[in-house]
Amino acid sequence: MEAALAKKPRSKVLERAVFALACAPIAWLGVAALTGRLTADPIAFLLNQLGLTALQVLLASLACTPLQQVFGWKWPLRLRRMLGLFAFFYACAHFLTYSVLDQGLAVGEIWKDVVKRKFITIGMATFAILLPLAVTSTNKMVKRLGFHRWKLLHRLVYLAGALAVVHFYWRVKKDHTEPLVYGAILALLLGVRLVSFMRMAINDRAKRSSLAG
Amino acid sequence: MARQGFELPSGEVTPRSLYFGRRAFLATGALGAGAVLLAGRSAGAAAGKPPGKLAPLTGLKDSPLSTTDEKLTKYEEVTTYNNFYEFGTDKADPARNASTLKPRPWTVKLDGELKKPRTVDLDALIKQFPLEERVYRMRCVEAWSMVIPWVGFPLGDLIKSLEPTSKAKFVAFETLRDPEQMPGQRHQVLDWPYVEALRIDEAMNPLAILAVGLYGEVLPNQNGAPLRLVVPWKYGFKGIKSIVRISLVEKQPATTWNISGPSEYGFYANVNPEVDHPRWSQARERRIGELFRRKTLPFNGYGDQVASLYSGLDLKANY
Repeated sequence: MEAALAKKPRSKVLERAVFALACAPIAWLGVAALTGRLTADPIAFLLNQLGLTALQVLLASLACTPLQQVFGWKWPLRLRRMLGLFAFFYACAHFLTYSVLDQGLAVGEIWKDVVKRKFITIGMATFAILLPLAVTSTNKMVKRLGFHRWKLLHRLVYLAGALAVVHFYWRVKKDHTEPLVYGAILALLLGVRLVSFMRMAINDRAKRSSLAG
Repeated sequence: MARQGFELPSGEVTPRSLYFGRRAFLATGALGAGAVLLAGRSAGAAAGKPPGKLAPLTGLKDSPLSTTDEKLTKYEEVTTYNNFYEFGTDKADPARNASTLKPRPWTVKLDGELKKPRTVDLDALIKQFPLEERVYRMRCVEAWSMVIPWVGFPLGDLIKSLEPTSKAKFVAFETLRDPEQMPGQRHQVLDWPYVEALRIDEAMNPLAILAVGLYGEVLPNQNGAPLRLVVPWKYGFKGIKSIVRISLVEKQPATTWNISGPSEYGFYANVNPEVDHPRWSQARERRIGELFRRKTLPFNGYGDQVASLYSGLDLKANY
């Protein structure tokens, strides 16, 4: 279906607008950095903002399919890959801020953190899941893997979303409202998929039994 | 009130304080090579003039207990990067929201195991004690730190003046509870009012002060106006802000962050690079204004003055 969509010549206005929107957070951080407005602890601020943006964009990419399922809109599907790659981009920036700026590439210290601190273990696991998804995001890779296997692999993105929320939840010092809000959004998005999956399964069975009859 | 010894304002730190500071620095011997490079630069000299934002506090005594070998954190950073959940949980919130706090008139209730329990007007209370400038490192439990020129008086002087009874074993502090003035208290993020406490011998240590100002001016609301505790060898959350009550008590009182997360925040909360927070390391910290982390010092570098308070105490169990 996606291949068919891609072949049809169409205006790229939506894609370009969303591309610009997805660039806005990093541009805003860049401007804030240049004008010295990254708060008194710029590295912590960068780290938190980049992580939060990664989660937000990841949830946006996970919202595309449910939007299509609920409202029947096709346009969100055109944005899915781009949003997924942007989520990976922000996750990379978050990871680099942690390892280079925050830890000064002290490999020993980083390894201690990863092994010892649950929330960092989970964060690294999330990143480790997103990495192969980003690598296999091209059309060529879909072909090489075969659509079925590719799809199985990319289902891991749900796990990445859940781990990202847990990572956020464990990191927060006291007020858990924000991570819980993101958790609720994720649950809603997964719930929609589950309902639509079950509906499909029921339809399939009905079809099959009617054919048999 | 008469100044003792040195007449120079904080911007021109004297050779005496530099001398004492360097001695303390050499004695603790722990700041590492980076600090040696800074050793010639006094905190005061790096500070510049009072920022001229709030009422100046004059006639300040200089203190040999001040840290003089480290660069002060900028006033702007000290006053815009705060943990003060009574005004919101984001560190920029207090500076944005604390204008609703009315730091005058202000009374402090003094009660418990003391000769004459009473409620006193803050200005009358402050008048009893000569104000000093104390430049201290401040280490937050979140692994960042600052160097802040506080203005205040020794907590021990106040306690002595209260004539404690023999039952006075702990000092308990309480923050104002008023959701009108402190909008963050409309949400049950912590158990309001914020409460903190020290063992009485900790409270009597000369390093523990009650602060009424910073950078030579009265405390900004977001930093805990009009009266706050500063205990530089402990994590910042022990430094309770906007104090309305000080009680001398017999039993160890409950403390807010300990109630909130007993496995993460202990009663003592002494700065200790050996004892990690369950979710992050306390071995290193980021000094606000610096790029890379520096090593955290036991008791935040004040071990010479305070380590003896804890001899025989298992600091891993009593974190």
